[in-house]
Amino acid sequence: MTEKNLILDEPLRGGQMWSRVLKRGELLRLVDVEGGACVATLLYNADLPIERYNMPDTLKAQHVARITAGNVLYSDMGRVLCSVVSDTVGWHDTITGVADAASSLEKYGAGPYQTLRNDWQRNSRDNLLVELGKYGLGKRDFGATVNFFVKVAPDREGKLSFVPGHSKAGARVELRSEMNTLIVLSNTPHPLDPNPKYAPKPVQISVRRADPVAPNDACKHSCAENERGFALTEAYFS
Amino acid sequence: MVLRESSLDPQQASFDTVLGAGLGFSQVVKRGQTLRIVDLEGNQAVDTLFFNARDTAERYSAVDTIRAQRAIYLSSDSPLISSEGNVLLTITADTCGRHDTLGGACAAESNQVRYALEKKYMHSCRDNFLLEIQHRRPELTKRDISANINFFMNVPVTPEGGLAFDDGISAPGRYVEMRAEMDVIVLISNCPQLNNPCNGYNPTPVRLLVW
Repeated sequence: MTEKNLILDEPLRGGQMWSRVLKRGELLRLVDVEGGACVATLLYNADLPIERYNMPDTLKAQHVARITAGNVLYSDMGRVLCSVVSDTVGWHDTITGVADAASSLEKYGAGPYQTLRNDWQRNSRDNLLVELGKYGLGKRDFGATVNFFVKVAPDREGKLSFVPGHSKAGARVELRSEMNTLIVLSNTPHPLDPNPKYAPKPVQISVRRADPVAPNDACKHSCAENERGFALTEAYFS
Repeated sequence: MVLRESSLDPQQASFDTVLGAGLGFSQVVKRGQTLRIVDLEGNQAVDTLFFNARDTAERYSAVDTIRAQRAIYLSSDSPLISSEGNVLLTITADTCGRHDTLGGACAAESNQVRYALEKKYMHSCRDNFLLEIQHRRPELTKRDISANINFFMNVPVTPEGGLAFDDGISAPGRYVEMRAEMDVIVLISNCPQLNNPCNGYNPTPVRLLVW
């Protein structure tokens, strides 16, 4: 049986990247099928990609150091790219970045295509660069990612530690696109994950038509800053 | 929080200037040179970005810096890591104690979100960055302005995931010093923000020295 609002539903193997223009009013659902996934994500205004996800603006507008339901992801232009409308995890990292080829080699040793074929060892930075390249974007467009399903916990002194087992099998997060948002992601292990073995986890991706933003929408009204962010976004499209 | 003083003598500096409140600045600092930023009147936020002077696609990366030291705040011995995983500079002395790299730079648009829609007219750090690169760094554009360092700024994070802009912990004459590990461009906005305590609601000058 197919859902009326379903646009797309597909698996993303561990180690793979993915991208799509999520139109204003569409809903992206990510499911951590087995638990322990890391989905490193970059977001851009698809109509004018010089406008992009801004980690500091997102954190300081909402007085948070992590992403969860009720939060929105701000662009550098004061607009809301996506709202996190539901989340069973409670904490998604956006302050510790991604693995690159050098750090992966140091951690896991070599994992070449020649012997491993499509189970070869991919890393988030290179995956995201490949996917960005498809839209004419590159290193200068690469900023802080949202690392869905990952928690790197700060203590009172600001020291950080990766939380193993944070995201359980079946955990899911849903993003509603408030702009035409180019979303680029890589399903590859976080560099602070203590697992010494390269073991990316499968993720299920689906896209639906979202319900219209209700007058009492939780993301829009979670703080006065978000009410203004939505007002600026609505003005952009009016 | 460990404070560390420097033995460098300002009389011997090869470069010594005062950057007025609310102004932008950029300069090449050569490998092996040391840059000092002095908070002359206290509680001034100094928004700062670094680029590899030979290839500006390589730049300061807040998230890679945080991950490398597994800690959110910057202080003595913090390596400032690039987007390519290299050390751009190392903090060698710090009499303030900690510095922010999560708070980013103020901009006309983010001021509207944070304070009020009618705050758009106010001067901001991003405008300083853009004016400086338009005039003096034609190889850079807005896409090169990523999450910056805020020297002397206090943005505490809690274990519960909260984040606040608090009163500064700096004071008149406190400074931070860093040694360049490669030739870098330093791009600074001496923050003009009037809406929060990041610079005590009173933007003031800073002194910049290079040895």
